Amino acid sequence: MKPLRTLDSCSLVIAQDNIDTDQIIPARFLTTTSREGLGEAAFADWRFDDQGESRADSPLNGPAAKDCEILVAGENFGCGSSREHAVWALMQFGFRVVISSRIADIFRANALKNGLLAIEVDRDTHRWLLAHPAARLTIDVALGRLDLPAAGGGDEARSVSFELDPFARICLLEGVDSLGYLLAQADDIAKFEQTREAA
Amino acid sequence: MSQTLFDKLWNAHVVQPETADAPALLYVDLHLIHEVTSPQAFAELAARGLKVRCPERTVATMDHSTPTWAADLQGQRRYASEQAWEQVRTLMENCDRHDITLHDWDSPNRGVVHVMAPELGLTRPGMTIVCGDSHTSTHGAFGALAFGIGTSEVGHVLATQCLLQRKPKTMRIRIEGELGPGVTAKDLVLHVIGKVGVDAGTGHVIEFAGSTIRALSMEGRMTVCNMAIEAGARAGLIAPDQTTVDWLRGRAHCPQGEDFERAAGHWLSLASDADAQFDRDVLVDAEQIAPSITYGTHPGMVVAIDQAVPYPADTTAARAMDYMQVEPGKSLLGRKVDVVFVGSCTNARLGDLRAAAEILRDRRVADGVRMLVVPGSEQVRKAAEAEGLDQLFTEAGAEWREPGCSMCIAMNGDRVGPGQTVVSTSNRNFEGRQGPGSRTFLASPATAAACAVVGSIADPRRLDAEAEVHIHFPSPRNMEARP
Repeated sequence: MKPLRTLDSCSLVIAQDNIDTDQIIPARFLTTTSREGLGEAAFADWRFDDQGESRADSPLNGPAAKDCEILVAGENFGCGSSREHAVWALMQFGFRVVISSRIADIFRANALKNGLLAIEVDRDTHRWLLAHPAARLTIDVALGRLDLPAAGGGDEARSVSFELDPFARICLLEGVDSLGYLLAQADDIAKFEQTREAA
Repeated sequence: MSQTLFDKLWNAHVVQPETADAPALLYVDLHLIHEVTSPQAFAELAARGLKVRCPERTVATMDHSTPTWAADLQGQRRYASEQAWEQVRTLMENCDRHDITLHDWDSPNRGVVHVMAPELGLTRPGMTIVCGDSHTSTHGAFGALAFGIGTSEVGHVLATQCLLQRKPKTMRIRIEGELGPGVTAKDLVLHVIGKVGVDAGTGHVIEFAGSTIRALSMEGRMTVCNMAIEAGARAGLIAPDQTTVDWLRGRAHCPQGEDFERAAGHWLSLASDADAQFDRDVLVDAEQIAPSITYGTHPGMVVAIDQAVPYPADTTAARAMDYMQVEPGKSLLGRKVDVVFVGSCTNARLGDLRAAAEILRDRRVADGVRMLVVPGSEQVRKAAEAEGLDQLFTEAGAEWREPGCSMCIAMNGDRVGPGQTVVSTSNRNFEGRQGPGSRTFLASPATAAACAVVGSIADPRRLDAEAEVHIHFPSPRNMEARP
């Protein structure tokens, strides 16, 4: 897992609410047995028409999509299926961070296990982010801080904090997944099994 | 201190309690796997040289990528692609290598994972159950803590039989009163999701309670818990009662004889204490519920079938309604239907097939409508065929297939064409879910069957009246369809 400590990137905005994992990666791409090669499948039906041609009207096909490592999405991002392929596809497409006002449980758990930072921000911050596509944002994982730049209309630069489970934070900072930690608990697991068997 | 049912299930499985620094370590009693979300987990184990810790606690089936066509005379099956077959073969190899029981083509018990496991009595009250599939919430109908996980977590469970979890909040949805005629568990859960919203359950476990839930069959309860995830909750729960115990008695993996009665005594003790506190409490009046149907691109966009579709509240809703080609201010009744799908882990149990069959009895699928009926498991298929339901469906003009997820997720070759309207008994109406460009309207098996007969979206309570309307535009098949 690639560590994520700080990130300075523009944001790509898809304002739509309830973006489900079928949109992030349609089911027909799930017959794979690999976790690689899924970047092309990310948002496939939004990026390509039924002839396989790029849709000019999709921000995911615009020049910003290539550079932006932060995806800002509408409310309830990642709802639906538990497919971890959605996280793999987003990361292979180039995203390291997803920001929304609400992120679905299974998607968030999957994201953090792969080094994709999924964060929820308050409604005001969310609204601001949605209204400022391509904003240059800075993220500090250790501090749990998101820096927003100054913008027109008198918006001054400001920082907002985001919550991140301390355990997930360490995994992200150090680039380790949690399986190693789990394996190290083998004695406690065995003890639990023995106690239950005896009961 | 008083406890919720969820607290009791959680506490009984905590290997290490959570701290500020680390999530709880939670023990998993039953791990269900299938071909789509497990291969990368097994690959991870292989890469690290790890074994499966408890092969006896893992049970596999194949359901998502599997064709629903019967094998040909040479025993060959029509996989959607070489890759789909490769995926199924990988599961076979992984199960073989790790001594995991797999219900494959030869098994009389193969089926959609959330239909099969309860049938076999693998799902029992008080257990923790996980699967790399979001509809694992289904098993909560038995008072088991059951939730969907990603592939990394599938690997965690294979290697350690445990998961790292933060304790979720609790939400109770009480439904009180009697359901009206023609109103089913599916209508109930769609109504509830419409009321609370598709993200109301995020971060929560939902316990469904109240007299309406108590009156539901186990099949109906599974339908309700199945869709807890569509309200954002990873797990749904219903306290076990006599209905649960009676349903489980005699199932293959349940204890037998005196052991069963002893187990049943424990199961019946699994309930939220009378004064237990929930983080959120919602009350729903069952008498307000009509046959429900979705009109948008998530399950919370739902109306009573005879009510007008609301005006969109925001741009996301407007976009969804444009995609679905529905007109606000008008009911969906009369909208032409291309495909009807009866199947999925939501509604492919025997009772669901009977409900659809009852509507089709002495009637026919309307001209121009393709109806696919896919039983949830081999056991369901055999039971339905013993009652002659397969014949009833095929004689009415529907296709009768072998068990699988089929058109619900549309990755096995069964899918809806671009721009087509499908009335489906499955759980998700997301854009393109049932095939690129498809338009899904979720409903109960009875409603779906009524739509198939009429050829357009129809109220199952008024089927005869709907049929009368069609007398003015008869086609030879519609003439036959007259009861």
